[in-house]
Amino acid sequence: MRDVAIVSFAQLPSVRVSNATDEAELVQSVTSEAMKQVGITQDDIGFTCSGSTDYLPGRPFSFVAAVDGLKAWPPIRESHVEMDGGFALYEAWVRLLHGDIDTALVFSFGKCSLASVPDVLNLQNDPYYVQPLGLDSISAAALQAQALIDSGRATERDFAEVAVRNRKNALDNPNAQIKGDFSVDELLEEPYLSSPLRKSFCSPLSDSAAAIVLAAGDTAKKLANRPAWIRGIDHRTEPHSLGQRDLTTSPSSELAGEKAGVGKGKVDVAELHAPFAHQELILCDALGLGDDVIVNPSGGALAANSLMTAGLIRFGEAASRVLGGEVDRVVAHTTSGVCLQHNLVAVLEGD
Amino acid sequence: MAEHCAVVGIGQTKHRESRRDLSMPGLIRVAALQALEDADMTFKDVDAIVIGTAPDMFEGIMMPELFLADALGAAGKPIFRVHTAGSVGGSTAVVASHLVQAGVHEKVLTVGFEKQSESNAMWALSPAIPFQPQLVAGAGGYFAPLIRAYIRRSDAHLDTGCMVAVKDREHGLLNPCAHLHLKQSLEQVKASPMLWDPIRYSETCPSSDGAVAIVLVNDKHADRVKNPAWVKGTSVRTERTFFAGRDQVNPGAGKQCAKDVYDQAGISNPFTEIDCAEIYVPFSWFEPMWLENLGFAEEGSGWKMTMEGKTKLGAEMPINMSGGVMCTNPIGASGMLRFAEAARQVRGTADKHQVDGAKVALGHAYGGGSQFFAMWIVSSER
Repeated sequence: MRDVAIVSFAQLPSVRVSNATDEAELVQSVTSEAMKQVGITQDDIGFTCSGSTDYLPGRPFSFVAAVDGLKAWPPIRESHVEMDGGFALYEAWVRLLHGDIDTALVFSFGKCSLASVPDVLNLQNDPYYVQPLGLDSISAAALQAQALIDSGRATERDFAEVAVRNRKNALDNPNAQIKGDFSVDELLEEPYLSSPLRKSFCSPLSDSAAAIVLAAGDTAKKLANRPAWIRGIDHRTEPHSLGQRDLTTSPSSELAGEKAGVGKGKVDVAELHAPFAHQELILCDALGLGDDVIVNPSGGALAANSLMTAGLIRFGEAASRVLGGEVDRVVAHTTSGVCLQHNLVAVLEGD
Repeated sequence: MAEHCAVVGIGQTKHRESRRDLSMPGLIRVAALQALEDADMTFKDVDAIVIGTAPDMFEGIMMPELFLADALGAAGKPIFRVHTAGSVGGSTAVVASHLVQAGVHEKVLTVGFEKQSESNAMWALSPAIPFQPQLVAGAGGYFAPLIRAYIRRSDAHLDTGCMVAVKDREHGLLNPCAHLHLKQSLEQVKASPMLWDPIRYSETCPSSDGAVAIVLVNDKHADRVKNPAWVKGTSVRTERTFFAGRDQVNPGAGKQCAKDVYDQAGISNPFTEIDCAEIYVPFSWFEPMWLENLGFAEEGSGWKMTMEGKTKLGAEMPINMSGGVMCTNPIGASGMLRFAEAARQVRGTADKHQVDGAKVALGHAYGGGSQFFAMWIVSSER
């Protein structure tokens, strides 16, 4: 197989409300920046792929408007997934393996300010039996968190520690939305949103967009001093019904991690897409990440969570540390669906 | 490209206005099981699944691949969701074929579906977008001005659209899975109510419930069947919606996509080297327009091919042998149905609507306001 690498990453700062920008404007600024970093333009891009959802702007085909943020004339090879941008990156990786083109642009955008996200996410549930119950995303995640407590493997204090660490890490991240030096006891005094989840154990709602340039072989070496090579990438899903899964584990992450080769070497940094604090614990367990791994130095989804973009940002944040020469081997992860149903895992390495 | 890719299994539901007898998981499962049986496989043999459907908003489910994973036996496997507007069925099959060609997976199941009876596409396609004039009611309102421009440019015979409707409905009578089974005369089509001038009611596609599935494999597994359809070329192209000078009647993205897919398949003259084509014609006038865009006819003369009957089954360049989108339109599946019908032709399994001796066929899909194109060329020869 051909070697494919992430050679650049750009993101817009995650904010609660980004009133003045529509899809095309979000996309135009962030994709230009990612290409500018490696000195190329849309004319140099072989394939473009994006991820977004119609359920934030509330109208069908919202991604069509985003294409107008690109220089898509002359016509371009382009595709779109109604999934997180992390999955768009997966499609672009597959496309680059063909060998006829050497570069790909991946982007995603999500304006959570346009919708009541926890309620909208109920629409991911079985439409015949579960949606009518109104199972919003926080309540669903609370069931999972409670199951984890009941299994004896974690406590509310553990959740609070995850939240404190992520928001402290976010102090160094200019693009994060929620950051600060909080104490565990302080967070444990917050009222429950849905027991046992308190506000700080849940991700914020953010408006953002992100873009990544992928390149293959020698082109990657030309564009970046130290490309973040995709050494393994895989995604897996699980049964849909919550009742059919052991919510305290993530077998799909475990399998995807195994296929991607997470355990084949020492992991320096992992950027995990965990929209709820307890999910980070489940993911670390599934991927076999020990205490020596730095998890979510960016602050993760608990510091900024633009729906459809937060997963791609995990790839970008992880790759940045390789591109910048700080570390050698990182793990990037993206999740989709209620209570971690579907997971994508990649291993990135520097030369 | 590391691997060759072949179609070894095809399945589709009987398409109808409302499949009340099937839930959404039931609908896709019927198509998937048929395709697997055709390929002499079971769900256990499948390495990965790629699913495509039109906007999630049609059925009111966000990211339906999550809910539909169980119906496709996807637990423990990769399932991928593609959405590229009306071209989605085609793009989805392209993504699935790439997984095989790139050597990522050996056996891939791809599925397209729509349950239009659980939504209202006409009004879902009439959104009021902030800061944009609300142009249209439904897709017909968008495309009618383009058709009028085509007629003016090419000085086309005004019966052309009606002739396409008559021909496609005749073809549809030969296809037991088609939604519409209508025997319609030219006079009947011409007498149907005008909806969006020059588009009459009988010149539009129906709203259908339906699903289609294709099994794609690499060389190693192609001998499971005696008649695989080999994927000789795949291509997608996109252009912007708004820019000065955009030609929406004969879009550059369509021309470039066709050239790319012909080049990959070694085709220099599509009219003589392609035996038949399934192309995306949701409104009858798009047949002559796409004949030109795809290079089957000179610019301005596509309508003559139609009027001369050259696009009928048994004629020189049969188009939409299955009855096409004019007889069956489960939107998210419509593009993949074109791809699947092209493959059926070169496999020789198209039964009553088989083109004798078809060896090379084109599958074509487009979407949005003609910005999005997806195509493949399939052949009986590797």
